[in-house]
Amino acid sequence: MLVLAIDTSTPAVTAGVVEVDGEAVETRGERVTVDPRAHGELITPHALAAAEAAGVALKDLDAIVAGVGPGPFTGLRAGMATAAALGHALGLPVYPVCSLDALAADVTSAEPFLVCTDARRREVYWAAYDGAGNRTDGPHVQRPADLEADVKVAAGDGAVLYAEALGVQPIEPRFPSPAGLVKAARSALLAKAEPAPLTPLYLRRPDAAEPAAPKRVTAR
Amino acid sequence: MSRIIMGIESSCDETGVGLVRLHDDGTVELLADEVASSVEQHARFGGVVPEVASRAHLEAMVPTTTRAFEKAGLALSDVDAIAVTAGPGLAGALLVGVSAAKAYATALDVPLYGVNHLAGHIAVDTLQHGPLPAPCLALLVSGGHTQLLRVDDIASSITELGSTVDDAAGEAYDKVARVLGLPYPGGPPIDKAAKNGDPAAIAFPRGMTGPRDAKNDFSFSGLKTAVARWVEGASRRGEEIPVDDVAASFQEAVADVLTMKAVRAAEEQGIGTIVISGGVAANSRLSGLAAERCAAAGIELRVPRPRLCTDNGAMIAALGAHVVAAKRPTAALDFSANPALPVNVVSL
Ligand SMILES: [Zn+2]
Repeated sequence: MLVLAIDTSTPAVTAGVVEVDGEAVETRGERVTVDPRAHGELITPHALAAAEAAGVALKDLDAIVAGVGPGPFTGLRAGMATAAALGHALGLPVYPVCSLDALAADVTSAEPFLVCTDARRREVYWAAYDGAGNRTDGPHVQRPADLEADVKVAAGDGAVLYAEALGVQPIEPRFPSPAGLVKAARSALLAKAEPAPLTPLYLRRPDAAEPAAPKRVTAR
Repeated sequence: MSRIIMGIESSCDETGVGLVRLHDDGTVELLADEVASSVEQHARFGGVVPEVASRAHLEAMVPTTTRAFEKAGLALSDVDAIAVTAGPGLAGALLVGVSAAKAYATALDVPLYGVNHLAGHIAVDTLQHGPLPAPCLALLVSGGHTQLLRVDDIASSITELGSTVDDAAGEAYDKVARVLGLPYPGGPPIDKAAKNGDPAAIAFPRGMTGPRDAKNDFSFSGLKTAVARWVEGASRRGEEIPVDDVAASFQEAVADVLTMKAVRAAEEQGIGTIVISGGVAANSRLSGLAAERCAAAGIELRVPRPRLCTDNGAMIAALGAHVVAAKRPTAALDFSANPALPVNVVSL
């Protein structure tokens, strides 16, 4: 089964073609660029280049997996809009996965760990996982210093940025990989399940304030 | 052989997907025009909240596309080219449409065009009134734009003659509506109230009409303040606010300046056709006064029907069709949306 994986929830613009055969997950071609300002520019060219590197045409794909965050809003939407439109036009199911789970799927630690990504505004998106890699808490968005988790290691770029405040040792990976995305969706993919709705994990409400009464323009 | 052009619009608070047929003779026929609006989600904030709009675009993009193809009785594989709004507009909102358009074009293996939203507002008129004479003059008025443009070729040559130096005309409507306790968006309720009011009741200022002011520029900030001042004065004196008269007098000031400047610019440049488009073009006093003044000056007036004037995907598909017909270059797949795209860049 050939799967296109897309994620733009972190500064990395990630696309890859991954082959799934039962338990085996093999990356056939991938393109990843770390540039938080280029999600909208690069994600479609990356998807095309990944398919080319894998030696497959887009119409040969069987499914798409999309990271749905949590992630800074604008960049996250570039990848999700891309995945949704590709799925629509190619007639493929699009499976959403929590982007933190995709990172967790690549962690090799046998002890419990965190995944923390940069949420900007001095906060991290985070989730906790047990030694088997199952999510036990999260996803949440929080200031690193306020996060109370009894673990020693954490993956993700947020763990690197805030290692001290979090009190953790950063471990690999820093960004989600195509293989990690596909592993996080593997059971749904193999079951050929009806995909869950492609809904972003924003975790924050939009910044918007209701207006007060109109300002006076004349002196009292 | 005729070609099917798909247009995607997401520059503000409407997710639009339009489908048109470009005939061999260059005429463009409307096949579908589906819009999902997030306007109700912005109402309590009194204006468009960019993040709310962007979230709504992502949610609406595929469903709106699906509806457009159903309406047109076409399959995605029938599409020959895709045009998308590349700017101007809200950065996060534009990005959703541009990302989707790149993906659709790639999956369907068709050429992609990044086109100018403002030019789309003009091009949409060809869906209703046929090819545009060249040159023509366009007055674009909406919540986001107030511009006077000279159009020598809808596919490639548009020049800005003037624009607003502060608020857009539609913005002034929204703000005055708030002062009068009318709902958002302010255009329709003010137009409705004005019908029962006296446009000559209050002499509100005509912005940027002094002898030293830039001829083709507009200003609505002073007018908005004058209305607020007048209303405050009346309420301080304990008078009941004559909402209908205030609305009519305000609307008269807006329509007077817009039409006076448009007709004067057309006369000075020897242009025989004026197109008025954008959300405010649906305003009854603006189109009424423009019709009067154009008739007096011997100028042909073209105003697309209200549904075409507001933001939609059909206008982007229509512009895309003209750009395709003119054999303009396609956009590279890694192009960036440009929130400040200048109007002279019709397509990237
Ligand atoms: Zn517009």
